[in-house]
Amino acid sequence: MKFKSQKVAYWFFALCMLLFSLQIIYGFIMGFDRIGLQGLHEIIPFNTARAVHTNLLVVWLLTGFMGAAYYIIPEEAQRELISVKWAYVQLISLAVVGVVAIVGFHFNHWEGRKFLEIPRELDYLVVINVLLFLGIILGTLFKGKRQTTTALILTMGLLFAALLYIPGMIWFDSQVMDSFFRWWVVHLWVEGVWELIMGGILSFLLIKLTGVDREVIEKWLYVIVGLTFLSGVLGTGHHYYYIGVNKIWLVVGGIFSALEPLAFLAMALFAVNMYRKGEKSHPNKIALFWTIGSAIVSFVGAGLLGFAHTLPQTNLYTHGTLVTAMHAHYAFWGAYAMIVLAIISYALPNLTGRKRYESSQGMAAFWLSNIGILGMTVAFGVAGVAQVYMERKMKMDFMDVQNEISIHFVVLLICATMFTIGIGLFIYDFVKYGLPTDEALLAENDSND
Amino acid sequence: MLSKSQARAFFLGGTLVTFLIFIGLTIYSFMPRNDQTNYGKITKEVVRGKEIWEQNNCMGCHSIMGEGGYYAPELTKVLERRGEGYVKAVLMSPVPWNPKGRKMVAYKMSEADANAMVAYFEWIGKIDLNGFDRIVSPLAKDEE
Repeated sequence: MKFKSQKVAYWFFALCMLLFSLQIIYGFIMGFDRIGLQGLHEIIPFNTARAVHTNLLVVWLLTGFMGAAYYIIPEEAQRELISVKWAYVQLISLAVVGVVAIVGFHFNHWEGRKFLEIPRELDYLVVINVLLFLGIILGTLFKGKRQTTTALILTMGLLFAALLYIPGMIWFDSQVMDSFFRWWVVHLWVEGVWELIMGGILSFLLIKLTGVDREVIEKWLYVIVGLTFLSGVLGTGHHYYYIGVNKIWLVVGGIFSALEPLAFLAMALFAVNMYRKGEKSHPNKIALFWTIGSAIVSFVGAGLLGFAHTLPQTNLYTHGTLVTAMHAHYAFWGAYAMIVLAIISYALPNLTGRKRYESSQGMAAFWLSNIGILGMTVAFGVAGVAQVYMERKMKMDFMDVQNEISIHFVVLLICATMFTIGIGLFIYDFVKYGLPTDEALLAENDSND
Repeated sequence: MLSKSQARAFFLGGTLVTFLIFIGLTIYSFMPRNDQTNYGKITKEVVRGKEIWEQNNCMGCHSIMGEGGYYAPELTKVLERRGEGYVKAVLMSPVPWNPKGRKMVAYKMSEADANAMVAYFEWIGKIDLNGFDRIVSPLAKDEE
C-alpha cells in the first residue's frame, strides 16, 4: 500500500466476509425449506430468510465496493483520504444500519418490496451514510494530484448508485407503478451503474496486474461502460413486458436487452486481451484468477444466461419462475461477488505485508467456489425449465410441480456445500493474513504508475 | 483507430441519448390513454390491501404479476382459481396453512384486512398484462 489511510479498506473487507458468511447461512435455510425441512419455520419463515439472503447480498457487495473505493481512490488521486476518522464512522454506521435491518426482518419490520425490504426510516440513514461515503471519496478525488478515468468511472458508478436509490423510496398506490420504479433502482443498479463500479475496479486491477499502459486500458473502459449504458438503460424494458404497462416495452426491452450480452462480452475480451498483452508477471496469481474469472463468468452468468430468457416470447413462460433464480445466482457471482473477491485478494498482501498468495488455500477457494456455484446454477436451471414445462404448459398445480422438482434442490444443496467450503477457505486465508500494518507501506513494490 | 476522447464521447453521448429516450418512454407509459391497469378503480380498500401485502412481505414467498419469491403460488389470478372464500380462509387462519407440505405463516387477519386483500387481488386480476395473465392462470388459459 502507498498511503496509510488505505488501511480503512481492510475493515470494510472484513465486514464483507462476515455478511457474506451470514448470507450463505440464510441461503441454506431457504434450500432446506424447499426440500421440505422446515424446522426453523416458526422463527425464520421463508420470506424472512429470503429478505435476509438478498439484502445481505446487496449490503456486502456495497460494503466491498466501498472498501474498494477506499483502497483505490488514494492510489489513483495520489493522496491520503481526506478523513480517516469519518471513514470509520461511516463503516460503523453502515454495520449498525445493516444489523438493525436484518434483526427487524425477523420481527416483520420491512417494506416487503423485493430487494428493497429495508424499512423507510432506515432508508434515510442509508442515504446519510452513503452521502458521508461520497463526501470522503469525492473530497479525496478532487483534492488529489490527478483525476484518472479509472477513479472517475468508479466514483460515477458509486454516485449514480446513491441517486438511483431515491425512486425506490417513493410510495405508489398502484402495484404496477411500484414495480415499474422499483426496477429503476434494482435493474439500473445491477445492469447499469454497478457495471461502472465493476469496470472501475477491473480497470484498476488490470493496470496493476498486467502492466499494460493505463491509457490503453482506460480507453477500452470507456467503450465497455458506453456499451453497458447503451444497452442496459433501455434494457430495463425486459422487466416491463408483463407487469401491466404498454406493449412498446416488448419491442424496446426485447431489442436492447438482447444487446446487453455485448457489454459483458466486451468486458471478457478486454480482460483476457489485456492479460495476454501484458508483459508483467505479477506474483499475485490468485488476484489475477479472480479478476479474469470475474470478467468471463459475468459474461456467461449475466450475458448468456440473461439472454436465454430475455426475449419477450421466452420470458412470457419463464417470467416468475426459477429460471430467473438460475440467471441471478451466476450473474451476481460473476459480475460482482468475484470482482469484490478479486480486489480483496489483490489488496490484502499490500495492506498486511504478507504474501500468502503463494499458499494453496487461495487457489482451492477459487476452484471450489466456482465449481460449486456452477453446479447450483445448473440445478436452478433444470428445476426452472421443468417448472416452466409442467406449470405453464401442462397446467399442473404450483405445489405439485414444486414437489416434483424438489430433488433438484438436494443437488443444489450438495453444490452449495462445495461452494461454502471454497468461501470458507477464502475467509480462512483472509484471517491468516492478519491485520494491516504500517510496515506494509515499505513493502509496496507492485506499482505500475 | 479509436482515440480515448472518442471513446469518452461514445460513453457520454450514448448514455445521455438512451436515458432521454428512457424518460420519454416512461412518461408515455403512464399517460392516461395508455393505462392498462384501471388506475381510476384503485379504491382505499385496494390501497389498504397493498399496504398489508407489503407489511407482511408476501412477495418474499408468493409472486404477483410474476414478481416475488417463487416459493409459493403466483397470486395474479388467485380469485379466479380459488374463489374469495378460500383466499379469506387462508388469510384468517389461526394455524399455519400447510398445502401439500409447504408451510405458510398464520397471519390471523381480521375480516376487514382479509376483505382489503381480496379487493387488492381483484384489482390486480383485471390488469392487462400483455398475455401473461393467460399463462399464469390455468383457468384463464382455458377461457381462451
